[in-house]
Amino acid sequence: MTEFTELAIRHVTKSYVVDETPLPVLQDVSLSVLPGEFVSIVGASGCGKSTLLRLIVGLDDVYRGEILLGGTQVSGPGADRGIVFQDHRLFPWLTLTENITLALDAFPLPAEEKAQRVRDAIALVGLSGFERARPAQLSGGMAQRAAIARALVRRPAILLLDEPLGALDSLNRTRLQDALLDIWEAQRTTVIMVTHDVEEAVYLSTRIVVMEPRPGRIRSVIPVELAARDRAAPDFVALKQRVLADLRH
Amino acid sequence: MSGATLSEALRAARGGAVPWSRGLVLPFALALVWVWSIHVGWLSSPLAIQPERILLAPFDDAAGREIWRAIAASVLRYAVGTGIGILLGLALGAAMGLSSTVERASGGSFHALRQITLFAWIPLLTAWFGNGEASKIVYIALSAFFPVALNTATGLRNVPTSYREVSRVLSLSRRQEIRRVLLPAALPAITIGIEIALISAWIGTVGAEYAIGNGRGIGTFVSEGREQFRMDIVIIGVIALAATGYLATRVCRRLSSLALMRASGLT
Repeated sequence: MTEFTELAIRHVTKSYVVDETPLPVLQDVSLSVLPGEFVSIVGASGCGKSTLLRLIVGLDDVYRGEILLGGTQVSGPGADRGIVFQDHRLFPWLTLTENITLALDAFPLPAEEKAQRVRDAIALVGLSGFERARPAQLSGGMAQRAAIARALVRRPAILLLDEPLGALDSLNRTRLQDALLDIWEAQRTTVIMVTHDVEEAVYLSTRIVVMEPRPGRIRSVIPVELAARDRAAPDFVALKQRVLADLRH
Repeated sequence: MSGATLSEALRAARGGAVPWSRGLVLPFALALVWVWSIHVGWLSSPLAIQPERILLAPFDDAAGREIWRAIAASVLRYAVGTGIGILLGLALGAAMGLSSTVERASGGSFHALRQITLFAWIPLLTAWFGNGEASKIVYIALSAFFPVALNTATGLRNVPTSYREVSRVLSLSRRQEIRRVLLPAALPAITIGIEIALISAWIGTVGAEYAIGNGRGIGTFVSEGREQFRMDIVIIGVIALAATGYLATRVCRRLSSLALMRASGLT
């Protein structure tokens, strides 16, 4: 496990240039995420929440402001951050094991340890027995579990989830939400998840960031302090209503 | 999928549910009309020959027996020329698809040269390489080279951004990215390029033999048969040409798909 590191996003502003006119995507976004937190980012389409994840993971380096991980400026992708996209993006020509092993390619580990780590990651997401399956042979939920295993096998300090359950049916969604909770509790990883689903955000997070679009800004940050994770409990429903109210604002 | 639906799907994929024995009816009927019209004397020109003469041609006289060596010469020439063309096409296509510097430096010339009809190369090639084997090999190699280079370059350039992002997020080395991500993703396009090359190189083989004319080969065999008014030789030559081409492209396709699968770690 990587040492606990704080993520600090400071005054991040980002625009895309469309037809020579700058189009602001993120405006003065600041957010600190402490080790072990589960932060959900909700907001309407176009509020820049996925862009923010791309900046954190290092796929895009063109922005103003700072993104610091443990005090160091993030530049380019690194082993300390893992990401799961909405489409699982497993390579269809590789088996489950090969897909996950590829994530350790840049790690100078003995082959035996790599194999053990891959087995552990597969077991953690509940896919033992499917090691030799190809992505096309997995269901949507299983493929998404595999994508999570591929991110976790690198043991990142921060796991970034970009609408990871967005393409799943509701039954699979609920199952995978519980799987995510188990993983988070077992690994003590920091998680930042982008989602459309307010109930999912309330169910999983320790903090919810509500963003507003055009340009993308943080509207409010709502701590989640629930007695229990019970979707029918009055405090759960009230919190959900509050987030929804902030979104509609 | 049950056995029955699978075989139905396979048949549909091969182009229709017509059993192939039914496809033989028309050729047999035509052959029958041919034999019959010669027997009753409708056709009596020296160009009208009996089918059995054609079947005997490869075994009968010296000129006819030449067909076996012609087939061997054509196949050998095809294999050498196609091999060279495919390898060079893969090399340049990969360089253009993987490096924008190479693409900028050579892409323009490549696309300009590609516009030249293949047959237009023959005068140039014979001027450079003479009227012999070298010109033919270069010509066959050229006809295989262009489709492979083009498809390899396009296939590699069109690998989806989503895959490239994964290889960046996983910090793959350039070598691993090419081997594990770009090459397998471009494999379908590369395979299509090679399949086109295999067919176009066979046309190139026969075309070179016709146009350059000397030496052995099925093309030469057929054009000599025509000069000597030996219709049996012409027709058996054409049949051999079709059959050899079919078999040669089938064998090469199998070999190339095996080689590509191995290269991209799919076996």
